[in-house]
Amino acid sequence: MNEQALRLPLAPAGAATERPISIAILAMGGQGGGVLSDWIVALAEAQGWVAQSTSVPGVAQRTGATVYYIETMPPLNGRKPVLAMMPTPGDVDIVIAAEFMEAGRSILRGMVSPDKTTLIASDHRAFAVSEKIAPADGIADAGAVGAAIGVAARREIVFDMDRIATASGTVISSALFGALSSSAAMPFPADAFRAIVNASGGGAAASLKAFEAAFERAASPERHERGTALEKAAAPASGDARLQPLLARLDGELPADALAMARAGLLKVVDFQDLAYGAEYIDLLRRFADADGAAGGATRQWRFSTEAAKYLANAMVYDDIIRVADLKTRASRRVRVEKEVRLSGEQVLQTTEYFHPRAEELVGALPADWARRIVARPALLGWIDRRVNKGRRVKTYSIGGFLTLYAIGGLRGARRRSLRHATETAHRDAWIERAINAVSRNYDLGVEILKCRRLIKGYSDTHARGLSKYDRVLRAISQIELREDAADWARRLREAAIKDASGEALDGAVKTIGTFA
Amino acid sequence: MAERSFAREVEDLRLGDGETFRGEGILAITKALLQSGVAYVGGYPGSPISHLIDVLGDAKDVLDELGVVFQSSANEAAAAAMLSASVMYPLRGAVAWKSTVGTNVASDALANLASGGVTGGAMIIVGEDYGEGSSIMQERTHAFAMKSQIWLLDPRPDHEKIVDLIEKGFQLSEASNTPVMLEVRVRACHMHGSFVTKNNVKPSFTIKNALENPVRDLGRIVLPPAAYEHEREKIGKRMPAAIDFIGKHALNERFGPEKAKVGIVLQGGMYNNVIRALQYLGLSDAYGETQVPLYVMNVTYPMIDAEVEAFCRDKESVLVVEEGQPEYIEQAVNTALRRRNVSARVRGKDVLPMAGDYTSKVLLDGIRAFLEEADPRLLGNRPPAPDAAPVLALAEVARLKEVVPERPPGLCTGCPERPIFAAMKLVEQELGQHHISADIGCHLFSILPPFNIGATTMGFGLGPASAAAFNVKADKRSIAVMGDGGFWHNGLTSGIGNAVFNKHDGVFLIVDNFYTSATGGQDILSSRASNPRRTTNNSIVAAVKGIGANWVRQIDRTYDVGRMRDTLKEALTTKEEGPKIIVASSECMLNRQRRVRPQIAKAIAGGARTVKERFGVDEDVCTGDHACMRLSGCPSLSVKKLDDPLRDDPVASIDNSCVGCGNCGEVADAAVLCPSFFRADIVHNPNAFDLFVARLRMRAIGWLQRRRERARFDAEAAA
Repeated sequence: MNEQALRLPLAPAGAATERPISIAILAMGGQGGGVLSDWIVALAEAQGWVAQSTSVPGVAQRTGATVYYIETMPPLNGRKPVLAMMPTPGDVDIVIAAEFMEAGRSILRGMVSPDKTTLIASDHRAFAVSEKIAPADGIADAGAVGAAIGVAARREIVFDMDRIATASGTVISSALFGALSSSAAMPFPADAFRAIVNASGGGAAASLKAFEAAFERAASPERHERGTALEKAAAPASGDARLQPLLARLDGELPADALAMARAGLLKVVDFQDLAYGAEYIDLLRRFADADGAAGGATRQWRFSTEAAKYLANAMVYDDIIRVADLKTRASRRVRVEKEVRLSGEQVLQTTEYFHPRAEELVGALPADWARRIVARPALLGWIDRRVNKGRRVKTYSIGGFLTLYAIGGLRGARRRSLRHATETAHRDAWIERAINAVSRNYDLGVEILKCRRLIKGYSDTHARGLSKYDRVLRAISQIELREDAADWARRLREAAIKDASGEALDGAVKTIGTFA
Repeated sequence: MAERSFAREVEDLRLGDGETFRGEGILAITKALLQSGVAYVGGYPGSPISHLIDVLGDAKDVLDELGVVFQSSANEAAAAAMLSASVMYPLRGAVAWKSTVGTNVASDALANLASGGVTGGAMIIVGEDYGEGSSIMQERTHAFAMKSQIWLLDPRPDHEKIVDLIEKGFQLSEASNTPVMLEVRVRACHMHGSFVTKNNVKPSFTIKNALENPVRDLGRIVLPPAAYEHEREKIGKRMPAAIDFIGKHALNERFGPEKAKVGIVLQGGMYNNVIRALQYLGLSDAYGETQVPLYVMNVTYPMIDAEVEAFCRDKESVLVVEEGQPEYIEQAVNTALRRRNVSARVRGKDVLPMAGDYTSKVLLDGIRAFLEEADPRLLGNRPPAPDAAPVLALAEVARLKEVVPERPPGLCTGCPERPIFAAMKLVEQELGQHHISADIGCHLFSILPPFNIGATTMGFGLGPASAAAFNVKADKRSIAVMGDGGFWHNGLTSGIGNAVFNKHDGVFLIVDNFYTSATGGQDILSSRASNPRRTTNNSIVAAVKGIGANWVRQIDRTYDVGRMRDTLKEALTTKEEGPKIIVASSECMLNRQRRVRPQIAKAIAGGARTVKERFGVDEDVCTGDHACMRLSGCPSLSVKKLDDPLRDDPVASIDNSCVGCGNCGEVADAAVLCPSFFRADIVHNPNAFDLFVARLRMRAIGWLQRRRERARFDAEAAA
């Protein structure tokens, strides 16, 4: 930098000349970003402006993130403006994001500026592969995007435009175009926008409907809640009189802080088995609550009891073939599927289940003593496995298919005598002892051990892998149990185990712990 | 035929004198070829020039009227070789491809063509796939132009200019007996703009004329001693003729004031962004009225030394704006000025970055740095230029770096390649990791999550060839993947023939989806559709057997994950020697949907009984471990949070974009994942029998359900 030059009292080199309106559209391949871009160009041209759009469809058209860029301005005495081919960070007038994380991306790329940018974004989410393949909850924090929009955009128009589009039977481009029109960020009357949509052929009626809905919604002054983290639902109450004594027991025997979770847990357990199993749930929960009280839970919002109410219910409601068959044959399931596939009046629905049972699942459902005898004979178990272990397609709503599932679902009465139940109960009880032992010495560690239950989920191999991860985490915890920061390490171990399916992160964490000894 | 219709774009090709074309750059180029009187056009599709091939493929009537021969070439080498029609005959011809990859493939033919020279105008349209959004290695076509002495046009990104340069380019080619390349960058190809059209020109001399009146000249054939003579001719005759033509027709342009201390020499393609950068500095208006002299090289090779000298003679400093590396033009400018003893200092890649896109922002920084030293007074009081740094430094914005997920392209919903990779993943779990050579095409997305399959990619159709070294007895075999597009492009010989001949023991997986899908779904030899203008339905299996392969397995439904897995396992473990070839065939879902969806919609609207399939997940059965997604990555299979305080993790969920391909269910079965998935068959316009059976079933099922519900505790009823 030439310091002297800076101090020279020079006039501006040229007039502060006008620049075109610049518009960046961030979308995913297949969202119709190209259509929207074409509409904006057609709109500007219809007004006698010069418009130029550029894009890089290439491979990005296959669901990847992509940017369409448009510049437009009127000609001057027959002279056409020279228009740039890519957005310049800090100099984009309008950013249109067809998905909420894409709005975040536009900010990260510097396209959204507090002094000039109108940000029009749909706050619905289409999850990226990295969010979906996390074994637990890999969903990105939408709240962070909301916060960034708050500081980065001059103006924001943010709502769920995808829902509006879907409700109108069209795709998001029409809703985005409606919001753009409503924003008045382009100096053209709404009817000029409508004319473009009308000329778009095929689905013009649906597009126009979405356009109008979004136009109106964007104009409404109140700020709307963004689709951030779900509110924890209040525990459902039950009108079933037979449940009342159990619910009353909960109220009497558990700390108020844990009640909501415990009610939800109780309903889940009873729904899984019966009232007696619900009573067992309360008995066990009572033990947690007592240990919690002794450990000073009253000053800690009864976190131990609350987590216990949650994970005990999940531990008691294990996923066996009886539960799966029962869930698949319920009337409420049929209703849900009909809604999901938008079944209408005269249509006929059939569903086909993809089962692949193994000998383990079948034998697990047998009475424990029989089952143990079978498991003790590998040759027999192998013989059974060869007969059972294959993919089975079952038509849920055919008489034969339904009866089969219905019969399996009806084995509920025998469940508590089954090998699976014995195994699950033993595992559960060991976990309870570990947690209760821990909480008396280190409250937070007790809570963390409860939460490790989250590692166990899935079916067959996935379930086995979950169990082994759980075992490794608990073993590792026992090595550091006496350290002051044991709870923190337990949390780290659990999170490492949850984070990646391959188990590499957990290996690393376990190794680190090994060095403490 | 590609399932997408280009009928509307074809109409644009008919525009005549004084009408206005509005549309994409690559279509403007297509129209310009017809206005220039081409007799033949060829090429190989690929971003960003695919639409040229697509539109001409659909433009049979227009081409027939003009007597233009159009060919969708087998590969770029074939396309380049096609230009040999212009060697002896006064025929104008053009070919197009993606560069530099296509130019790499074509370079043998191009070098031969350029050596002997041409009689009729020969033009190569190269889509320069460089910079952000590019799908290939970052190189420049410029090098090819220099090494073979092919003239390189790099027009200002403006439809009128591009169209004009195509017409002039043919004349240049003829005036200098040299083929000409027209380089258009990705964004210019996809840029929407307009130009005033002219009538199409019927070639005065046609292919038919040539065929019926053959001519030969030994002096045009690349064989010593003619080859030595060609080189001398290039330097002594053709280059001077070209320089003369370029200067006389003012193909390069000068803008801005005549006299100044500084100036900018730039590639034509950089013009728009340079003007924007100057505007940020207060040195130009939006209409290109610049206060800094510009020398715009619409022809970047050969450089016209005299023009450069004239531009630089009275200047103290010039900046060369040249995208990509190395800096060929800057070096040439330096040589020209030193030889002519012009003292202007040459700046370029010392103030601008050596690599990467020259965006307005990059150019703003570079030109400002140049002017700060060379002529700071020009910068005046330095109006504030756009700067995103303060916003990016905000804590709320900085946090987003950890939040916003990457979103690379992936396989489409229902893609038939997904189950192939799911099966490979299952094999990997059983037999361990293998060395896998990947190839170019949609299937290359396997290298990304969730599959993470594939170690290298060496070029289109070269997946199998790139496994060639892995040919020793070992406990594991190599696997090579190649698409049907790559197979016909060259893979049949370079991959399969090579493996047969050299007794390679590896596994070769050919992904056959009936189109060259990644480039837009064009037909190839093995496409299953019947195409009146091409010969399709040629079997890949017959081809590989014909070339000598013995162990060949055809899988006709890739969605059969279990079979796919077992076949792969067999190929990896069989005792049989020689290449193990698996041809996995299912139609590209994107193209299939384009074809089938309107048919289904029409059938349903017409009252015909139609069954639509899609998949679903029982959310209460799903435990939220997402193992299914680690074997899928399907856009329609996603996650959703349940409104249940007892559940930590989101469950799997399938949305209505599901096309019912079956991958979810097959994977859940083959990998023994979980019983959450179901297929829903929805019968539209059911017949009387359907309704009768359904009513009967649901009556019985309803009775059973009510029977059990009574025993259930009503956990769901509201208090």
